[in-house]
Amino acid sequence: MTSETQAVPARAIPRETTKARAARERRKLLRGIGRQALLQAVCIFIAITVLFPIVYVLGVALNSDPTNVGLQPKGLDLIPPHPSLDAFGKAIAQPSGNHVSFVTLAFNSFKLAVSTSLVSVGFGVLAAYAFSRLKFRLRSFLMIAVLAVLMLPAVATIAPLFVLLNSVNIGDFNLRNSIPGVALALISGALPFAIWNLKGYLDTIPKDLEEAATIDGCSRNQAFRYVILPLALPALAVTAFLGFVAGWTDFYFSWKFLEYPQDFTLSMALYGMVGAYASTTPWNVLSAFAILVSLPVSVVYLIFQRWIIGGLAIGGVKG
Amino acid sequence: MSAPAKATYVRKRRMFGADARVALMYLLPAFMVMAIITFYPLLYQVWMSFTDFKNTNLRVGSASPDWIWFGNYIKILTNDIAGIPNYDFLRILAFNLFWAFSNVIIHLCLGVAIALLLNQKKLWFRSIYRAIYVLPVVIPPIIVAAVWRNIFDQHHGAFNYLLAILTRQPPGGVDIAWLTDPGNPIAFFPLLPLSYFALLATNVWLGWPLNSVVATGALQSIPQDLYEAVEIDGGGAWTKFKVITLPFLRPAMLPYAIYGFVITFNLFYLSYFMTAGGPFGRTELLVTQAYRLVQEQQLYGVAAAFSVVMFVILLVLTLITNRLTKATASYVD
Repeated sequence: MTSETQAVPARAIPRETTKARAARERRKLLRGIGRQALLQAVCIFIAITVLFPIVYVLGVALNSDPTNVGLQPKGLDLIPPHPSLDAFGKAIAQPSGNHVSFVTLAFNSFKLAVSTSLVSVGFGVLAAYAFSRLKFRLRSFLMIAVLAVLMLPAVATIAPLFVLLNSVNIGDFNLRNSIPGVALALISGALPFAIWNLKGYLDTIPKDLEEAATIDGCSRNQAFRYVILPLALPALAVTAFLGFVAGWTDFYFSWKFLEYPQDFTLSMALYGMVGAYASTTPWNVLSAFAILVSLPVSVVYLIFQRWIIGGLAIGGVKG
Repeated sequence: MSAPAKATYVRKRRMFGADARVALMYLLPAFMVMAIITFYPLLYQVWMSFTDFKNTNLRVGSASPDWIWFGNYIKILTNDIAGIPNYDFLRILAFNLFWAFSNVIIHLCLGVAIALLLNQKKLWFRSIYRAIYVLPVVIPPIIVAAVWRNIFDQHHGAFNYLLAILTRQPPGGVDIAWLTDPGNPIAFFPLLPLSYFALLATNVWLGWPLNSVVATGALQSIPQDLYEAVEIDGGGAWTKFKVITLPFLRPAMLPYAIYGFVITFNLFYLSYFMTAGGPFGRTELLVTQAYRLVQEQQLYGVAAAFSVVMFVILLVLTLITNRLTKATASYVD
């Protein structure tokens, strides 16, 4: 390397005049700036398209101008002239036509989210471990059964789930028309997804670690408890999060199953404000409500996006 | 067989035996739950699909529904379902396939292009752009659907207001009915109403960032000296892309493309919330139609048969995509 650099002056390259070199440098600099400007222009344009709907929703939610209340926006005010949190107050007090508060809706959605998340990951990781590490008869048959279930989107299992859960009656209590019933319907799809997603991750953990633990006198259960579980923590967290989101934003089961307003969920209230109902809903309340529903999930996703995107095994496609 | 060999043989056999017992312990909780709420309902669905299960069969103590053999399937495939206007099975299937393909191709191209853009040397504010571009990924699709429904609103939507500003008209000067216009924007391709393009715009916004994240990961795994080797051989930017970038991207992107295809094929919220399948059922997908059969028509038997048909379609698609993955895997090796 050094010898080469030393060799350069020895070559018979005609020396540039200072002027010519300055011109060349300037051209290079200009080309660099031109390229950078072009790249920046494209990047900024893309950023605008990404941010536009987000800024728009924030703008509408913060706009409670008297001329706008109870109505749709009269123009495109990305930055509202008199921003206020009135719409958020309304969205929390009574988001939909029913007499249920945001807190009731959120608590119902939270119950669905937590039960879906805990059951699917808790039972799922055990089955995933068996599929990933143990040899037994019917192994491939059971795995294909799980995979086959994953192929059908959850919406397409609603008819039998509705009929079967509806047939469970204890006194006045109808399982279908209750939060636990919806939770069961959600777990029906979330559990096979969790098994598949976690198996994919457990397969990547080297077998040597467990073997070392076994040589040190660990039983299978201890190896699972003290070696595999801690190592699988990121995947467990991601799968739990995906289960949580599935419950938190569930629409189709809740909308079909639940009849009592005190059981209603966030997504049901959201649907009650769009589509056919959009013309009678104040858009600032809808926007504020949308922000409130999405915020907890989005913040967690944003913080842990690297792990979540990485922890999403390709196998699972349950919608 | 010598003594030690036999001993290991016996130990191995016993270990497999023990394995099976441990496996049972680990599998039992999940499979007991799934037997009741996953597998049984799915088998029940197949039984239901051969009956005329209706609203009246739901009541406690009501008579069991009539067995009608393939009656529901025939109704579905011959577009003979009472109570659903504008139902056309083949049109829904064709639209659903076109919807998924067009989205995934755009997602992939944009995702890779923008990943390449962000991978340019000496790009200023790179990390800021990365942080902004990931935002659509973190918002639940149901929220996106609700918000974009209003963005494309005919009278008060942000998009028409924006067009009005860009064409120097007063607010309300542009009132394109993005979600309900019954016309054909592409005269020779009547499969696509205007609302398809509104849905497409929404899903492109929603979908490319994840592809871009995956492509970025793949790009960063490419050894830089490969590019230098091409440079020494006198290759330009296009050769570099074709010979190095593309073969490296393919194995990483293909599984995500298939994943995206299935997700998009079954994307419930955009169609259901934004267009409600309209205009005239032309943006209905198989999933939304399946839901409508249960929720609106309450034809449980027909809905069950519809789900079985969907299962067959998805099975065929999965087998085709598996073939594709294997075919292109050999290309990389």
